Amino acid sequence: MIEVDQLTKCYGSFTAVNAISFDVNKGEILGFLGPNGAGKSTTMRMLTSFITPTSGTARIGGKDIITDSIAVRKMVGYLPESAPSYKNMTVREFLNFIAEVRGFSRMEKKEKLGRVIELTSLEKVRYQSIDTLSKGYKQRVGFAQALIHDPPVLILDEPTEGLDPNQKHEVRRLIKQMAAEKVIILSTHVLEEMEALCDRAIIINQGNLVADGSPESLLAHSELYNVVTLTLAKCPDEIMLQNLVALGAVEKVKLDPKGRNNACVMRVYPKQQQNILSEVNHFLAQQNWSVMEIQREKGQMEEVFRKLTLGAGS
Amino acid sequence: MKPMIALMKRELMNYFYSPVAYVFIVIFLISTVGSTFFLGRFFNSDQAGLEIFFLFHPWLFLFLIPAIGMGLWAEERNSGTIELLFTLPISMLQTVMSKFLSAWIFVGIALILTFPMVITVWYLGEPDNGVMFTSYLGSFLMAGTYLAITCVTSALTRNQVISFILSVIVCLTLVLLGWGVFMDMLNQVFPSWFTDVVSSFSFTTHYNSIRRGIIDSRDLVFFLSIIGGGLVINALILDYKKAS
Repeated sequence: MIEVDQLTKCYGSFTAVNAISFDVNKGEILGFLGPNGAGKSTTMRMLTSFITPTSGTARIGGKDIITDSIAVRKMVGYLPESAPSYKNMTVREFLNFIAEVRGFSRMEKKEKLGRVIELTSLEKVRYQSIDTLSKGYKQRVGFAQALIHDPPVLILDEPTEGLDPNQKHEVRRLIKQMAAEKVIILSTHVLEEMEALCDRAIIINQGNLVADGSPESLLAHSELYNVVTLTLAKCPDEIMLQNLVALGAVEKVKLDPKGRNNACVMRVYPKQQQNILSEVNHFLAQQNWSVMEIQREKGQMEEVFRKLTLGAGS
Repeated sequence: MKPMIALMKRELMNYFYSPVAYVFIVIFLISTVGSTFFLGRFFNSDQAGLEIFFLFHPWLFLFLIPAIGMGLWAEERNSGTIELLFTLPISMLQTVMSKFLSAWIFVGIALILTFPMVITVWYLGEPDNGVMFTSYLGSFLMAGTYLAITCVTSALTRNQVISFILSVIVCLTLVLLGWGVFMDMLNQVFPSWFTDVVSSFSFTTHYNSIRRGIIDSRDLVFFLSIIGGGLVINALILDYKKAS
C-alpha cells in the first residue's frame, strides 16, 4: 500500500532524512520511533506531500507523492503534530469545513460528520469553539478531522502526545479498532505505546533508518533478551555456580547484589540469545535449589532504543 | 471548485468571528468618509460628485489593506494550520486564490458600506452615475492589487508587523511613481517618455484614468496582471517555505 523509495530531505547542508526505504501493507500498524529531531515528522510530512522530498519518492496506493499529490492527499488522513485546527470555529463547523473541502455533498457530509463525531466521542462538545477545549479534546478533533473521509491510509504524528492515561487508552483502542482495513503509520517516543500498538516498528536516528522489525525482533537487540533471572532464598556456593555455567547453553552467570531480604538474585545469560528456561529449570530441579522466583526476560525496549540511537556504548 | 468555495466560506466567516473585522470596517468608513469631509472639504467643493471621496483612497488603502492582509499566511503558519491546509486535496494555487478572493470580497463589503456617500450626492444634486460606478470599480481593483502585494509579504515572514511594513513600502512606491509632485521632479531630470514609462507602473496613473469614467482595457490589464502575478509569486514563496 505504501512504498517508500530512497526518500531524502535536505535543508541546506543538513540532511533531515537520509535515503529511507520501506514498505507498509494493509492491516499493518507501523510505529515510527526516534529521538526528537530524528526525522520522524519530516518523513511523515513528505508522505502527506506537505513538503517535497529532495530526492527519492514514495507511492501511496500506487500514486506518486510528488507527481500525483492531490490523489495521495485524498487517500490519506493526516494528524499533524500537536493537532492544529482553526481555534475560533466550533468542533462541528471545523469538521464540516474539512468535509466540504474534501468535496462531500450535503447528505454525505451529514453522515460522515455523525460517524466521526461518534467514533471520537465528541458529541458533548460539538457546539463548543475549539479554543475552549482541553488538550485531549483538541487532539480528538484532530483525529476526527483525519478520519472524516474514512481514508485507507492514516498518518498520525504523535497521536497520544499530551493525553492523560485514560485518553491514551481510548486513542489506542480507536487505532487498533481501525487497523484491520487500513494502513496506519504513527510516530511516538513512548516505547510502551509502540510495544502495545504496533505490529512493526521503524527506528530512525539522525535521518537514517537504524532498525525495522516487529517489537519482538527489536527486543532481540537487548542484552537482557532471553536472560533468565532467578531469585533464590540463599546464595549458592562457587562450585554450584560453576555447575550452572557449565550447562551447554549458558554463556555466563551474574550475581545481582541488589537482592532484598538476603535473597540472592542472579541472571543467567544464554548463548546466542536462545531460550534456556527449560534447561535452567531442569537444572534447578536436579540441584534442589530453593527458588523463590524465576523469570525469562523479554528485553528492555528502552535499552534497545538507547543502543540504536546513541550507538552501542550505553 | 467546491473545495475553493468551502475555503472562501471559512475565510469570510473567520473575518466576522473576530471583532477585528468590525473594527476594520468602522475604521474604514470613518477614514474614507472623514477624509472626504474634513481633509477634502466636501461641502466647500460645491460639487455633487464623489471625486474627493475617491481621491484619498490610494493613501488610505496604503494602511488599511496591509492591515487586513498581513495575517493571511502568518496566522496559518503560527497556528500550524498551514500543515492542515496543504495536506487537504486542493492545489496550492487554488488555496492562494481562495484566501485572496475572500479578503478581497471582505474589502468589497467595506467599500459597499460607503453607500451613504452615494445617497448623499444623489440627494445633493445630479451626479454622474457612470463615473461613480467606474470609480468604485477602480477603487476595488486598486484594493485588490494592494491586497495581492500584502499576500506576498505575508507569505514571506511569520511576523505580521514586518509583513505590514513591507507591503506599505511596496505599495507606497507604486503610488508615488504616478504622483504629480514626483512626476514633476522626474520631468526636470529625464525626458518625458521616461516619466511616462515610470508612471505607467503606478497605481495612481491607472486609478485616475478609471476614475475619469473611462474603463480602458489597459488599466484593467494592469490591475489584473499585478493581482495575478502577486498570487503566483505568493504560491511560489509558500511552496518554497511553507514548512519553515
